[in-house]
Amino acid sequence: MRKVLFLIQKEFRQILRNKFLVRAILLVPVIQMLVLVPAVTFEIKSVDLGVRDNDHSPESRELISRLTGSSFFRITATPLNDDQDESLLLSGKSDLVMIIPDGFAKAIKGRETPKIEVLADAVNATSAEMGWVYLYNIIMDYNRDILVESGNGQSSPQGITITNRFWYNQDLNYKFYMLPGILVILITAIGIMLAGLNLVKEKESGTIEQINVTPIKKWQLIISKVIPFFIIGIIDLAFGLLIGKLAFNIPFAGSILLLFACSAVFLVAVLGLALFFSTFASTQQQYMFIAFFFILIFVLMSGIFTPTESMPLWAQKVDIANPVCYLMRINRMIMLKGSTFSDISGDLAGLSILALLFITFAVRSYRKRS
Amino acid sequence: MKRFMAFVKKEFLHILRDYRTLIIMFGLPVAQILIFGFVVRTDIHNAGIAILDLSKDEVTRSLTDKLASSDFFRITANLDSYNDIDAILKKGKTKEVIVFEDNFSAKMIHQGSAMVSIIADGSEPNVANLVTNYTRSIISSFSASLAKGQSGTSGLITTEVRMFFNPRLESQFMFVPGVITLILILICALMTSVTITREKEFGTMEVLLVSPLKPWQIIIGKVAPYFFLSIVNVTVILLMAWSVFRMPVAGSIALLFGECMLYILMALSLGILISTVAKDMQSAIFISFIGLMLPSLLLSGFIYPIENMPKIYDYVSMIMPPRWFVTIIRSVMVKGVGLAYVWKETLIMAAMTVFFIVLSAKRFKERL
Amino acid sequence: MMKDKVIEVQDMVKRFGSFVANDHLTFDVYRGEIFGFLGANGAGKTTAIKILCGLSRPTSGKVIVAGTDAFRSPEEIKKKIGYMSQRFSLYEDLTVSENIEFYGGIYGMTRKEIFPRMDLLIRKLDFESYRNTLIHDMPLGLKQKLAFSIAVFHGPEIVFLDEPTSGVDPITRRQFWEMIYETARNGITVFVTTHYMDEAEYCNRVTIMNEGRIEALDTPTRLKEIYGVSNMEELFLKITRPQNNKA
Repeated sequence: MRKVLFLIQKEFRQILRNKFLVRAILLVPVIQMLVLVPAVTFEIKSVDLGVRDNDHSPESRELISRLTGSSFFRITATPLNDDQDESLLLSGKSDLVMIIPDGFAKAIKGRETPKIEVLADAVNATSAEMGWVYLYNIIMDYNRDILVESGNGQSSPQGITITNRFWYNQDLNYKFYMLPGILVILITAIGIMLAGLNLVKEKESGTIEQINVTPIKKWQLIISKVIPFFIIGIIDLAFGLLIGKLAFNIPFAGSILLLFACSAVFLVAVLGLALFFSTFASTQQQYMFIAFFFILIFVLMSGIFTPTESMPLWAQKVDIANPVCYLMRINRMIMLKGSTFSDISGDLAGLSILALLFITFAVRSYRKRS
Repeated sequence: MKRFMAFVKKEFLHILRDYRTLIIMFGLPVAQILIFGFVVRTDIHNAGIAILDLSKDEVTRSLTDKLASSDFFRITANLDSYNDIDAILKKGKTKEVIVFEDNFSAKMIHQGSAMVSIIADGSEPNVANLVTNYTRSIISSFSASLAKGQSGTSGLITTEVRMFFNPRLESQFMFVPGVITLILILICALMTSVTITREKEFGTMEVLLVSPLKPWQIIIGKVAPYFFLSIVNVTVILLMAWSVFRMPVAGSIALLFGECMLYILMALSLGILISTVAKDMQSAIFISFIGLMLPSLLLSGFIYPIENMPKIYDYVSMIMPPRWFVTIIRSVMVKGVGLAYVWKETLIMAAMTVFFIVLSAKRFKERL
Repeated sequence: MMKDKVIEVQDMVKRFGSFVANDHLTFDVYRGEIFGFLGANGAGKTTAIKILCGLSRPTSGKVIVAGTDAFRSPEEIKKKIGYMSQRFSLYEDLTVSENIEFYGGIYGMTRKEIFPRMDLLIRKLDFESYRNTLIHDMPLGLKQKLAFSIAVFHGPEIVFLDEPTSGVDPITRRQFWEMIYETARNGITVFVTTHYMDEAEYCNRVTIMNEGRIEALDTPTRLKEIYGVSNMEELFLKITRPQNNKA
């Protein structure tokens, strides 16, 4: 045990002496969080709408004014023909183009069914769908109100009123969701890259040989490589959460202790994996690519951009081995919903198994002898 | 010139002999494309919803059926009381609870309307938004068809939407161009910055500088192999997009490749610039990867549309090279536009490339 | 005088695929000896030394180092030996004292044991002004001396030196060998490989390796007699040239 302390002391001395690294480790997460968190949102602020009104009736204008009245739509163009419609979409000037047919008002007041055409720029399929759904809802509401007015001799019409509430995050603040996510991604990337590069660098410079020739056991070496970066990760996490609280006022509905405990298990898993990978690389460049590959895959499949339930089944199975996925869920549940230990115990158990597994892989695959 | 070609050849051999790096360099984009294509979705499927039906009458039941039969949703539970909502949302599998108030049909007939409450789990905002909107649209159309049932077909507006450029609404149309952008800039910047700092770290840079090769020849020589490899990479990605996702190139392939080459050039020169700043490989990797990854992923408009960001990000993203390329490649690949529509972005990218090169040259000279 | 054997090697073979790096090596090393392993580059010296240090497994043969079987318990060997590699393997971004402290610690010494011994060492080497200097900033010759001192710092029975004097000027080499002599005088066996033939003269006994085999094993004086040459370089050429001519 004393030997491990000597190993760790050396690691820290080396790390602290590297001015660039120390500054980078602390500043990069902070800066990226401050810059990136406000930016990431799927929430559609406004849709650029082009409107071609072929009817020019009070009814069509009423419909249009409902659209402009909603803070959601912005009328950016009034095309006059098909070519112009398309050109708006091609150039990106409009996201949607709505065409109100000639005879719209007559059809509505009479017994016909007017058809409104909508052209959508569907490169971003989700935005297109969302924009379209919003537009559809407004048109339908308008339609229902028209039907109510025109009465048709019926008793009061039957409608459905919808109310909407978002629990745990009333204003649907994306930052609350993205900040922990971005923080986790950064810690993962930094941890995997630095820990692995560190070990490979010793291989490249030959100092690892000097260690292999001593009675130091494999597990002692691996632990000595994990602990410094573990501490760095926890510090980064604490720092990041502090910034989150100060700058964005993110909530902490659940137990902070539990959060850190889970993050600790996560770090062990991720660092173990990094050291395991590093046994396969003989140069830092090789390791860099291996780490790059896995970090990107972990991040994309972690559930931060795509809910895991939306992923195909095989992907969800692969995610069982993805530590980032577990922590994303755990973080969100603890911080925003105040989930308790029993709620996250399943995820925590999974994460712990991964941690154990990866560290074991790392120790076993490390060779003191070639 | 002969010396230069010999140097380039040596660099090529270096790279080609490093199997592990090569595998990853080509395997990476393939894997990324597959993942993005098949895994990353921004829409929802089978989202778990729970129903709290305080009425249990004909209307609420048919509305529930309508929700259940939609592709988007999957009913996880039928709750009995309001108190159950918190517990089920906290578990995580259920994304929203739909509450039908009591005496639903009766209220509709006598009061004119009845209330449906959507309580969504706001901890995942994009899911919450999507789920809520889809729910609303299902309820809206249900409501409209009820109204239709009453007043006959008169005055019912029908709508027809045409989704341009991506009629099947596949997310890969948005993502595949983005993946190309992301991968290229990371790989190119990483590779060039590392290959140059590697010489610095091992002290072989001096050897090169002392040789008859001029500094610019050294740089170009180191960078040239990666240029060609990246072109091959892009070709592989495009072929995959076409064969696996049936994603054609709507615009001119020549234009697409031309833009890709410009982008690669720019990413490589960015890597060179980074190598003048970093003093060892570790720092170079830190800057190129950790410094570039998230901003490129999140600020380039690749996943999160720039229009949705606070106004200031319009300007912030302008200094991000990937932002311009994402626009170009989407326009050319998916929308099929010609140079006339993207000349502005192309010019900006070219200017950035020149800027990086000039800056690198200056820094290089200073150190000598 | 009965001298005990610290290293016993019998028919040691090391194969890499079809390439035989060490071909049935047989030799013994006695306690307190300075034993030289000579040969050209690629003759198999580094391979052999790595096996003796427990850094590599022999393909076959008997290898006993400091009373421990290298086949079965290589980790046990490591407790009793020291090693200095060609690249010196000191941490460039740590200082002299930090390097000493580290290597002492991982061999199991306590701080109470390390610091007095370190002070003694620094005084002996006259490194006081370098105590807090980064290895990166030290001249090559001093690095080499430090690396050697660190290799014996924890008091091993045997110290293995792999081409320790490569790239160093003749005066420094001479001083280095003074250190080796003193170490041997203190009872530590020194096993050194080198391709500098003149260094062979400094050893008690030498072997000359060629293409994986031991071609000669004896004291320098006797070898010169046997082969009728006046210095080790000639000896080496004489021994290896016939092979080269055959090839």
